[in-house]
Amino acid sequence: MSKINLVIDHIQVSVESGSTILEAAKKMNIKIPTLCHHEDLCVAGNCRVCMVEQVGSDRLLPSCATPAAEGMEILTNSLKVRNARKSVIELLVSEHRAECTRCYKNGTCELQHLSSEYLIGEDSLIDLVPLKEFTIDYFSPSIIKDDSKCIRCQRCVRSCDQLQNIGALSVAYKGQKMKIASFFEKPMYEVVCTNCGQCVNRCPTGALIERNYIDEVWSAINDPQKHLVVQTAPAVRIALGEALGMEPGKIVTGKMVAALRRLGFDSVLDTDFSADLTIIEEGNELLQRLKGALVDKDPNVKLPMTTSCSPGWIKYIEHMYPQLLGNVSTAKSPQQMFGALAKTYYANKINVEPENMVSVSVMPCTAKKYEANRPEMHSSGYKDVDLVLTTRELARMIQQAGIDFLALENEEYDSIMGMSTGAAVIFGATGGVMEAALRTAYEVVTGRDVPFDGLNILPVRGMEEVKEASIKIENPLPAWAFLDGVELKTCVAHGLANAKKVMDRVVKGEANYHFIEIMACPGGCLGGGGQPIPTNKEIREKRTRAIYEEDAGKPIRKSHENPEVIKIYDEFLVKPLGHKSHELLHTSYTERNRY
Amino acid sequence: MSEITNLVKSLAEKHGRYQESLLPILQGVIEQQKFLSEEAMVEIARELDISAARVFGTASFYSFLNTRPLGQYVIRVCRTITCMMHGKNQIIQELEKCLKIKLGETTLDGKFTLLETNCLGQCHKGPAMLVNDEPYTQLTPEKVRDIIQSLKMNEASKLSNPDLN
Ligand code: SF4
Ligand code: SF4
Ligand code: SF4
Ligand code: FES
Ligand code: FES
Repeated sequence: MSKINLVIDHIQVSVESGSTILEAAKKMNIKIPTLCHHEDLCVAGNCRVCMVEQVGSDRLLPSCATPAAEGMEILTNSLKVRNARKSVIELLVSEHRAECTRCYKNGTCELQHLSSEYLIGEDSLIDLVPLKEFTIDYFSPSIIKDDSKCIRCQRCVRSCDQLQNIGALSVAYKGQKMKIASFFEKPMYEVVCTNCGQCVNRCPTGALIERNYIDEVWSAINDPQKHLVVQTAPAVRIALGEALGMEPGKIVTGKMVAALRRLGFDSVLDTDFSADLTIIEEGNELLQRLKGALVDKDPNVKLPMTTSCSPGWIKYIEHMYPQLLGNVSTAKSPQQMFGALAKTYYANKINVEPENMVSVSVMPCTAKKYEANRPEMHSSGYKDVDLVLTTRELARMIQQAGIDFLALENEEYDSIMGMSTGAAVIFGATGGVMEAALRTAYEVVTGRDVPFDGLNILPVRGMEEVKEASIKIENPLPAWAFLDGVELKTCVAHGLANAKKVMDRVVKGEANYHFIEIMACPGGCLGGGGQPIPTNKEIREKRTRAIYEEDAGKPIRKSHENPEVIKIYDEFLVKPLGHKSHELLHTSYTERNRY
Repeated sequence: MSEITNLVKSLAEKHGRYQESLLPILQGVIEQQKFLSEEAMVEIARELDISAARVFGTASFYSFLNTRPLGQYVIRVCRTITCMMHGKNQIIQELEKCLKIKLGETTLDGKFTLLETNCLGQCHKGPAMLVNDEPYTQLTPEKVRDIIQSLKMNEASKLSNPDLN
């Protein structure tokens, strides 16, 4: 690739052609402030805080949107630049309900950082906030949208358009009335928003935030009547460290377990356990559907079957492809399977009345909050999962408790419902559910390991948008003779923009898959909307590596070999897809509006 | 299929199903229905395979793409500086009195809606207003009374003589 030579702040630099001035400066470790820019998203160039001066030119240039050109002489910190930036920030603040001490983003807000860096004083510009009629949408259990904190950078709009291809948020109205709005400004929980939180993860201010349940969890912990059960999703352990001062890509399972005990949780258990269980139920459901289609030729059997563990994906398909709801596996997500078992099987085991149990989950995901609040998620007779925290909220609680996270000794999960396999660990990465399901399904059918080196099904791994893999079934066990010679075709998509590509082909009848894995977030749960900020391509890759390392190091790597899963079928569930399973571990879906 | 689904489909046939088809389709619906209902916007979104919020966002940008039902006669008085200096406030006052509604409202019988708009390009003949697509200029309170009167008469004659409709 050809190189471009330019001078930034009097220092010569050479960058690849096509780089922006911002990227060139970054390469030299010169930090130019930005607000609308985000590595995951296309250039918007609308906030203008990234202005730089080109020597010899009157007009300042937005560095995020201007390609570096040969011979350019750029100043990133001239007086003119500083004054312009300061004015931009002052203008933004003049329309911003700045109440930092009471704001959830206090300390992590990009606008606040900039205001502090540029010493925005009290006497800057007239405060326009009282003149504006702002809307604050508190109705969703997942996401709070507070227009009074919005700087209209449109990172949210671009996240929802480009990463998710949903467009739940759009720019509406014009001039001074211009704002970010849902369809007809309806509450977020009523529109097509999937609660994935990709916008929340990228909003630079407190305008889009997760609804946090930190105080509710503290109150429950403080209640001596209550037994607190906590479950932790696969993708939390590989990202939590980032929010507590560690480098991305560190696995902190043991420290996290120790911290949860210190916080006061009575049973520290693992969503990975129910991820293994999901594989058993979902895997069997797939085999049952295959039998229905291939042997019984039942026209009511829907194939391809899609996964159901990502609640963002579920809400998406309910809105956008209601005609395909029959294709979604009826298996609940691991969070909800866990919740239903916690207040039945586990409560009974430890001799706690389910009404005295508070079931908390820690998730990389904001959509899990909505999922836990679905009216149908009461299979135990109680709300199966009471409170959902994101990875970020857990980090905040650990900080509030004054725990020195880095100094904690590793601890082990409690049992039962605390043990898991490598197959469950990889649930956190795109392709992980597929890989885990194939490890189990292939063995159930043939009695042999999947024919991939070291159980590693590489074609379903990685960040490619849509991945395909097929396995030919040969010499099955007698019960599965009808599958002999069948080529099991699978597809994996992550990020709803990619899911749409696949589902459009399913609608047209152009996709002859048997099984499709869909995760709502880019990279899978490791890139979830509830994960530490920032989340971007580089960080997602580091988290992915951590996940596969953890899998490789696990003594057991197939869900059906999890001794606790075997035990729970023996003692309680009896058999996959059995009566108890249907009652507790499976669910149904609801058609929703297309807006 | 509902009437609106058919309308949107035929507009999409005519204008294509591209991003740039959105505006002509929106205008087409306005022509037929006077306003863009939620249902219409959802159908447009479905037809063009874009988000409903995007359709709403686009419609909300344009003053003439109404997103709520308006009266049969939509009166838009220019609020921009020249007309303001030529007494647009008195014009609005007079209209409010004649129609017994406030700015932004629609008469109970659904005949008239009173709105403000930005410059109509008639600054040299201000104050100006539009009734549907028809501009009226150099307005005075008397003139406004006459215009409203004749519009009402117009309605009345239509009622007694439905063939003129
Ligand atoms: S969004 Fe940022 S600047 Fe605004 S009140 Fe919150 S912390 Fe302060
Ligand atoms: S909600 Fe947040 S991301 Fe969206 S435009 Fe406003 S400040 Fe930017
Ligand atoms: S939570 Fe996800 S679906 Fe909802 S607006 Fe944000 S990015 Fe879009
Ligand atoms: S960061 Fe460059 S214009 Fe916003
Ligand atoms: S200012 Fe009223 S028409 Fe131009």
